[in-house]
Amino acid sequence: MTAITWELKLYVSGKTQKSETALRNLKKYCEEYLKGQYKIEIIDLLKKPQLAEGDQIFAVPTLVKKVPEPIRKIIGDLSNKEKVLVGLNIIPVKK
Amino acid sequence: MASKTKYKKKELLKKCPTGIAGLDEVTEGGLPKGRPTLICGEAGCGKTLFSLEFIVKGAVEFNEPGVFMAFEEKTEELSTNVASLGFDLNKLIAEKKLKLDYVHIDRSEIEETGEYDLDGLFIRLDYAINSIGAKRVVLDTIENLFIGLSNKAILRAELRRLFEWLKNKGVTAVITGEKGDGQLTREGLEEYVSDCVILLDHRVENQISTRRLRIVKYRGSVHGTNEYPFLIDEDGISILPVTSLTLESKVSSQRISTGVRSLDEMLGGKGFYRGSSILVSGTAGTGKTSIAAYFGNECCNRNERCLFFAFEESPEQIIRNMRSIGLNLEQHLKSGCLKFHASRPTLHGLEMHLLVMYKMIREFKPKTVIIDPITNLITVGTVSELKSMLVRLIDFLQKEQITVMFTALSLNNAVNEQTDEGVSSLVDAWLMVRDIEYNGERNRGMYIMKSRGMKHSNQVREFVISSEGIKLVEVFLGPEGVLIGSAREAQKLMEETGLALKTHSHSSKEREIERKNKILEAQIEALRFEFDSVKEELNRSAVEEELKREIIQKNRSKMLRLRQGDMTEKKSNHLKPRTK
Repeated sequence: MTAITWELKLYVSGKTQKSETALRNLKKYCEEYLKGQYKIEIIDLLKKPQLAEGDQIFAVPTLVKKVPEPIRKIIGDLSNKEKVLVGLNIIPVKK
Repeated sequence: MASKTKYKKKELLKKCPTGIAGLDEVTEGGLPKGRPTLICGEAGCGKTLFSLEFIVKGAVEFNEPGVFMAFEEKTEELSTNVASLGFDLNKLIAEKKLKLDYVHIDRSEIEETGEYDLDGLFIRLDYAINSIGAKRVVLDTIENLFIGLSNKAILRAELRRLFEWLKNKGVTAVITGEKGDGQLTREGLEEYVSDCVILLDHRVENQISTRRLRIVKYRGSVHGTNEYPFLIDEDGISILPVTSLTLESKVSSQRISTGVRSLDEMLGGKGFYRGSSILVSGTAGTGKTSIAAYFGNECCNRNERCLFFAFEESPEQIIRNMRSIGLNLEQHLKSGCLKFHASRPTLHGLEMHLLVMYKMIREFKPKTVIIDPITNLITVGTVSELKSMLVRLIDFLQKEQITVMFTALSLNNAVNEQTDEGVSSLVDAWLMVRDIEYNGERNRGMYIMKSRGMKHSNQVREFVISSEGIKLVEVFLGPEGVLIGSAREAQKLMEETGLALKTHSHSSKEREIERKNKILEAQIEALRFEFDSVKEELNRSAVEEELKREIIQKNRSKMLRLRQGDMTEKKSNHLKPRTK
């Protein structure tokens, strides 16, 4: 593992069931695979609606990974572990 | 669709005027206020422009700021695309009357895992609406969400929620959707948007495209159900309602000259009514354009504007040709009284032509419109389509108090003569110019088939085009009826010859009489001489007789005196008869 830090933003709208699940799942995966190399920023669109446009958010919850490249967005409660890990370039796409 | 019902409906359902030319007439006031409207159609039918015009007009004309949420085009692209239509989006954005929001959905950078909702979109929209106090919202084209996201069940549920949310928000929304197979939109959006659905259509027939608009449904409102053609040009969208036709136009009793004095005389000496429609029909080469040009020229001479739609010749050609018959149209063109609009009939479909005319008339505000010829338009439509178009055009012109002259080419048969594009019943006056083929030459004859509301001549007049212009020749009656062309000239010549001959024979007869008279007089003289001599003779013998008698008497008395010597005169007198 290199010393890259995963900069992750999780967009949610208030404390809903889905956003809670998403945050719980995300934290779990990060602890498991990216321990010490990640930053999670949680953005509540209800409080900062102006931020939605910049990252092209239309669904919630959405996880946005800007660093490392490429930019990826993962929509949903992140319940599918494999998809999330592929999406975050943590594991390569399974052949 | 009288105005009374309109008011009634207005109480029931508030409407939001679109500002799009013609649409508010068709929808009787606009789109349903505070509710979503679906605009669907195939690619390139004008959905985006339609919705954008709705937003821009709302911001500019009705002081209703709007949010335009684009799923297809980037905001910069949008601004550039509509700049050609005179919409300055950046200015409106700066004035906080418009907000553009481009929702970018890139399939390649999106993963879906598990449950989610579109709250992000709601929040974005809400933020945009609140930031400028928007009253109008456009979502163009929301179905793109279905391309980016695979969980249709969630999307459908969320869209339903979105439309409900928009209603609650009280904004008038326009949602566009691409036409799908067997349904109005690909994803069946019409199921969710149930208040108003407008279908745009772009059809190509005979290589000519026509855009049409139809209101599929409009809950709680009366609306026109027809397909309305619409035009996209440098001023945006304009729709021409077909059915807003009533027979309530004002009429004028003012008369205007035709430009041909002798034709005016045939029309009761004053010409046509202002605001009437005149049809000039005839076979090829009978001078229809010339009549129309004279009419237009006369209009310009009165310092009124004239708009000339030419479907056959270019303006230069018309000007040149009219110069040859003594008309100077160029001066009017320069002074701005006359305007030509020349186009090939095949340039647009019929409805487009009508829209173009409609627009040009509105802009130029002419007093007279000439369409030369309407028959050429038949190449881009059927007779019934043309008729329907002309009905609307005539109606519009009458409403605006514009006099219109159509020319129509008719084929040389009786049936066609009566039903020239079926417009003959619509027009107020109908001039027929026709070829009269007789005695090896063709001449032009003109007559007034009808002229509503005025006394007019029933005569077929010969009509001559020369370098001095148009002239209706005086009716020339020969021994066998009306004579035309060289037959008329021949008859004229013949009559002149006859006159010369007559005078000639007349003088010879006079001389004869003179002579006869002289002979008579001579004879009378001779007879008188004869009579004189006879009389003389008779006189002479009478004198002689008298003389004789006197002498005899004298002799007798002498004899008596001699015989009786001393006898008294008395006795002798007394005795005288006895002796005798």
